[in-house]
Order: sequence, then structure tokens, then C-alpha cells
Amino acid sequence: MSARADEVARYLKRRARWSPLEIAFWIFAFATIWLFPGKYLILKDTAILALFALSLDLILGYAGIISLGQAAFFGLAGYFSGLVAKYGFIDEPVIALVCSGVVAAGLGFVTSFLVLRGSDLTRLMVTLGVSLMLGELANRYSNITGGADGLQGVEIAPVLGLFRFDLFGHNGYVYCLIVLFICFVIARRIIYSPFGLSLRSIKGNNLRAAAIGIPVKWRLVAIYTVAAGFAGIAGALLTQTTAFCSLDVFSFERSADLLLVLIIGGTGYLYGGLIGAVIYKFLQDWIANLTPQYWQFWIGLVLVVIVLIGRERMAGWIGAVRTFFNRLGARFAPRLPALGGAGSEGH
Amino acid sequence: MPILQTFQLEKRFGGILAAQNVNLAVEPGARHALIGPNGAGKTTVINLLTGVLRPSGGRILLEGRDITGLLPHQRVRLGMARTFQINQLFLDLTPLESIGLVVSERLGSGADWWRLVGTKAAVTDEIVEIAERFHLADIMHERTAILPYGKQRLLEIALAFACRPRLLLLDEPAAGVPEAERHELLATIEALPKDVTVLLIEHDMDLVFSFADRISVLVNGAMFVDGAPDEVARDPRVKAVYLGEELSA
Amino acid sequence: MLTILYDGIAYGMLLFVLACGLSVTLGLMNFINLAHGAFAMAGGYCTVIVVNRFGVPFALGLPIAFLVTALLGGIFERTLYVHVYARSHLDQVLFTIGLVFMAVAAVDYTMGSSQQFVQIPEALQGQFEVAGVGIGKYRLLIIVICGLLTVALQLILAKTRFGSRLRAAVDDQRVARGLGINVGAVFGITFAFGSGLAGLGGALGAEILGLDPTFPLKYMIYFLIVVTVGGTSSITGPFFASILLGIGDVAGKYYVPKLGAFVIYAIMIIVLIWRPQGLFARGAVSR
Repeated sequence: MSARADEVARYLKRRARWSPLEIAFWIFAFATIWLFPGKYLILKDTAILALFALSLDLILGYAGIISLGQAAFFGLAGYFSGLVAKYGFIDEPVIALVCSGVVAAGLGFVTSFLVLRGSDLTRLMVTLGVSLMLGELANRYSNITGGADGLQGVEIAPVLGLFRFDLFGHNGYVYCLIVLFICFVIARRIIYSPFGLSLRSIKGNNLRAAAIGIPVKWRLVAIYTVAAGFAGIAGALLTQTTAFCSLDVFSFERSADLLLVLIIGGTGYLYGGLIGAVIYKFLQDWIANLTPQYWQFWIGLVLVVIVLIGRERMAGWIGAVRTFFNRLGARFAPRLPALGGAGSEGH
Repeated sequence: MPILQTFQLEKRFGGILAAQNVNLAVEPGARHALIGPNGAGKTTVINLLTGVLRPSGGRILLEGRDITGLLPHQRVRLGMARTFQINQLFLDLTPLESIGLVVSERLGSGADWWRLVGTKAAVTDEIVEIAERFHLADIMHERTAILPYGKQRLLEIALAFACRPRLLLLDEPAAGVPEAERHELLATIEALPKDVTVLLIEHDMDLVFSFADRISVLVNGAMFVDGAPDEVARDPRVKAVYLGEELSA
Repeated sequence: MLTILYDGIAYGMLLFVLACGLSVTLGLMNFINLAHGAFAMAGGYCTVIVVNRFGVPFALGLPIAFLVTALLGGIFERTLYVHVYARSHLDQVLFTIGLVFMAVAAVDYTMGSSQQFVQIPEALQGQFEVAGVGIGKYRLLIIVICGLLTVALQLILAKTRFGSRLRAAVDDQRVARGLGINVGAVFGITFAFGSGLAGLGGALGAEILGLDPTFPLKYMIYFLIVVTVGGTSSITGPFFASILLGIGDVAGKYYVPKLGAFVIYAIMIIVLIWRPQGLFARGAVSR
């Protein structure tokens, strides 16, 4: 290996290393278990939303697929995990979680071929249509799903036979946080791999991607399937920690709120979904305390304002914040890699 | 055996015949130029050859193998790569990442999702070699979007070259390149290895006549003249087509 | 069964009037306006207020709904939408979803969340029998009004100068501008008109579709289905798509009640698999 090739290899590996900001983020995330003992329920909801948003970021921020239908996978796995627990098919929650993810991924694989055809609008419609269709199906078979009342009588066994979910939500939160972390690590690994790089190239210029030998369709099918699996895991987490699942898992509002989360946090750098989820939950909590009935108005206003300001400008602000922290980090620890890495802001 | 052959290749867009009865034969190792006035259908032919457009009729053979129905990425795997008249680059990636992507795909590890980029020595070696060949080594880590146009054009060719094609299709490589940067570009094209066959579309006659050992002239979607450079240069029909003179009887 | 066909056609024509504005703005400016349903809702509420509270006769309530909503559409277009035209589809989707949320909450706040009913004149209530088939009088009105509107729209598009400018601008914006067509003005007028039509549809449809603050969210998917299946390059495409969907939905809800809207989602997905550009779209892409 020439000296230059050596240097290139080291540069690439250094970029994929966890930056100090990332490590700090996760240390803080796990520290919340001890820092905010009264807030487990909202923290748990945030973690689930973060994973859900991460699943959308994978296809929106990295592959450029606009989807209003992640709720389909969220809901399918939600009901699946509830049903297998209720009827005793799979008692161990972790196994049920994995199985629910696989089922959701299966649906993702099957519907991916629909999503790859046509324009942005077609994609929007097909993804939305699939999730609304599942909602109607769940309504039809209310003898199984409980219909509008929701799935009743779900009992979740203790995780690994040891940790039972209690009313205070401590075990539930830890469970969700660990699952979120594991899924995040997997996503991160994918993004920094050659496969992840090819996704970014497809999003950037899919004509050229095909012209350099990338089987564009199959890469998109693959990431869509993985993203569906993640969304499913998020849905199963919700059912398992609340012992309940209802029709609104398939609703349009859920998919729309997800887009909002990602837009607030930014797409294309993996942390957008997580940060966005935290901000969204905080906003929701704060606004709901002010005007419980009409919080949807303020959320709508936030969306309109964000779009009018322009995501490029916001990405610019986020970039400025990042540069600030990079300089800070460089001053204290000059040898460590900078934050940012592979992702660039979407659009 | 010619490395590339087309038989009665044809493309219709509604009522318009963009390419008709195109019979092209490119010999291995050749430096073959495709020229013709604007709108003659040269880019259409390239799009047909690479699979971006589906032909309305005719066949395409690459190294004797019928590729008429294959998708673009399949043709790349079989050894044919192209550049675009208007740069088609990955603006948010760096040249290092772009070239690395192509090499990775070619070596079969493009779908690896668990391994980190940069951990295969064969890949990084080749990235550096290609970057140096195309004078991109100094700006390897810059975002493609901010590179000067000449460098972008070099990257455009580097990406196609990184596919290690046996047949390289260059669509007006010198187009839009400022005078100061042309020399580097032309020298790089001249220095392409002899085992890579090059089919070149160009308007720049200096480049065509200094580079090509065979020239095909395309007019109104049809093959007009096909032969060695000096034959084509002397052919009065070619002059008439380019300059609008009347054909002598 | 003929009653179902009849009801389905009425429903379909109503959907068409509601959705055709959306189809034209999508085809014209490549702008995905998910807030279109909000204009329909505005028209509905406008008629409710004007007829129920101010005693204006129903026959006047309809044109008032059209005018008020058209005006609203024009104002919104010039002040808000114009900033978002050049943005990506994702931005447009987010922007209009935000507007819908705001509209829904605003209406909920001002008018309450219960369903509103328009007082229909006596003459339009009930039905009369024709060859053993019950023909609802109100639905007959819908079919007549919507039919006339469709014909009028076709005539405007095909025979007037404005229509030809509109068609040119839909076909290729840049070329149209190059020909001196004021595309911005064309779009403003079309958007206002389309919103007005939505408002009229909302007023007409209050009786059949049910009018409450969640109207835009409930029916947005229907409008989008009409536009996606019908394509955006003609009037006839969405027209036939609306009829198809109207009949499909009514028949579906009658024969398999619990599957409800499942039938039309399935139709939409099947159509999109078969023809991703919509049933009536112009031409297919090469690859």
C-alpha cells in the first residue's frame, strides 16, 4: 500500500469513528434513567418516536423516498406483538419484538416494489394508501383486533424473565432505550458501509448511480425493508410497554407527525430523528399544557414556519452549531475526529 | 471481432426518427470518434448503447453478446461505461467517495452493509491510483460541488474509468471546459491505456483528428460516412453537411 | 343495484368537482396541495353560516360559497403559496399539511367540533320513483350541477383564450413564459377558481359527506386518489377516475360494509401498479 492509500484508509476509518459529541449524547441519554425518575412515560414515548423517526430518516434522508406510510409497519408490528402476547404464541417480549420487526420488514419488502414506481406523488399515495388500508382491515376484523376500542387484554411477560413492566415505566424506558441504541448502532453501521454510500449516491444522482453499475432498484428495496423493520420494532415497543394497541397506529396524523419530527431535527445525519423526537415531545408537552385542545394548530404553525424559513437555512444554523462544537472539541482534544461525518443535510 | 456492433439500430420518439439504420462497428483497442452536426442524434445513439433508452428496432452486441434488452447497470458489469455530456456527478460526495463507490461496486463489495468504507486495501489502493491518474489526488477530500469545472470533468471521466471498462463511451468530454484546463483533460484522454477501447463523441475537430483512428459521421440520425480520419476529412459530402455547401454532381 | 349506481355517480361527480382544482394545480405548477380539502371545508361552513344563521336561500348559498372560497384561495395563493412553489415536493407536502392542521384546529375552535347540517329547501328533500328506482332529489341536483360544471370546464379549457393559455402552461411552463403568457397570473386565477370549486363542492356535499372540522383530513385521501388515478394532464382523466371511485366506494360500503374504504384503496393501488403515471396520463417514459 502506498503512503497515500494508507492515509486514505486511515481517513475513512477515522470518519466513521464515534465522535465525542456522539458519545456524550448517548451517555446523557442513558443518564436520563437516573436524572429524571418521574418522567419515564414521556421519555419512553420519546425513545419510541425517535426509533420511528430513525426509520423514516433511513429512507427519506439517505434514499430520498418521501413516504407518508411508515405507520403501516408501525401498526402492523404493533398489532402483531400484541396478538402474540395476548394469545400466548410468543411469551418472551424480546423474541416477540424481533419477530414483529421481521413481519414488518416482510410487508416492507412486498410493498417496496410499489413504492419504487412512479413519481413523488404516486409514492406518497401508495405509502399512505397501504397504511390506511391496513387501518381499514384492522377495523373490519375487530373481533381479532378489538376495532375502535383497541386490543384489550394484552399481558406482557417480564423481559428475559426478569424485568416486569410496571406502572412507573422504569423498566419500560430502559427496555426502549436499549432497543433504540442497538437499532441505532445497526443503522450507523449501514450508513458508513459501502452500501450506505451507494444509497447516498442514488439519492444524489440515480442516473449516474445506474451508469456506474449500481442496481438501484435492489438497493432501494433493501433499505426500504430495513426501515420498515425498524418502524415495526418501534410499533412493537409501544404495544409491549403499554399493553395496548389501537387503530390510530395506522392514522395519517401519525405519519404526518413523523415527517414533522424529521423536519425539525433534520434529515441525512442519523441524529435528526432522535433530536427531532426530543424537541417534538417537548413542544407537544409544553403546548398541550397551554392549550390542550388546539395544540394541532400550533404544530401546524410550526410546520408552516419551518418550511417558510427554509430547511437549507435551518441546516445552515445546525451546521454553524456543529462547527462551533467541532472547534470546541478541537481545542480540547485535537486528535479526535470531528462530528458530522457521512451524512449531508437532505435537499 | 468488433468489440461493439449495432445492427439497424433505430429509435423513434412518436413520429420523429431520432436514429435510423445505425450500423456501427467498433474494433477492439480503437479510438473511434462519432461526429456530426448538432441534433444529428449522437447522444441518442450513446443513450441507446448504454441502455438509458430502449431502441425501437435493431440490435446491439457487446463482444459478440446481445445486450439489447439489458438494463444500464447490467451493461456496466459487462464492461461498458460512459460519461455524460453534462456532468452527472455526486455533488455532495467527495471525489474520494465517488471513485471509492465505483471501485467498491466493481469489486463486488458494493452491497456490503456491515463493513466500513475504507477497510479493503485493494479498494483504497485503486482509489488513489485512479485519483492520481486523473490529477484529482490533491482535491480528493473536497465536495464535488465546489470543484472547478475542469476538475469536475476529469472526475466525470475518472468515474467511468473506475468501472475498468473494456469500452469507454465519452460524450463530448471537452464540452464547456475553459481553455486553461483543456490541456490537462486532453492529455489525460490521450494517456488512457491501449486495452480500453474508446468511442468518443466530439465537436472539437482538433481533438477528433488528433485522437481518433476511425471516424463515423452521423447526420439526421443516420450513418453518413465511416472511415479513417483522412478519408473523412477529404470527403466532400462531409464538408457539405458541415458547411452547407452544395454537393458536386 | 341501480340505486347504488345512481348514488355512486352522484358521489363521483361531487368528488370530481371537489378534486379537479387539485388536479389542475398539480399538473400546472407541479405543486402538491394537501390543503385543498380545507377550502372545501371553508365552502361548506360558509354555506352553513349564510343559510342557517342569516336565512339566505340555499340557491344563493352555493354561489356565495364559491365566491368566498375563490377569494380565500386567491389571497392565500398570493401571500403564502407563492413562496413555496419552487420548493421540493417534500416541502410542499409539509407546508400544506401544516395549513390543514391549522385550518382544522381553527374551525374546531370557532365553530365547534360537531357535525353541521345545511338546511336544504323542501323541494330538494326526499326522492321520486322512476321505473322502480328511488332517485334522490338532492343527488339529482348534484348530478345536474356537477355535470354542467364539467361541461363548462371543458368548454373553457378548449374554447377560450384563457383555457389555451392554461393548457400551454400545464404542458410546458418555460415555453409558455417564453411565449409571453403570464404564468403567474394564470396560476393565481386557476388556483382561486379551483379553490372556489372545492368550496362549492364542500357546500353541495355537506349533506352527503358530512361536514365537521375533520373534513379535510378525512377526504384528502379521496381527492389525492382521484388525482393520482386520473392523472393531471386532462379534465377527463380525473372525471372518469372520480366516477370509478364514487361507484366503487358506494358499492363497497354497501356490499362489504366493514371493509368500508378498503375497496377504493385497493383500486388505487392496483391502478398505480399497472400504470404508475395514472390511468389517463400522457405517454409512458422510455425506461
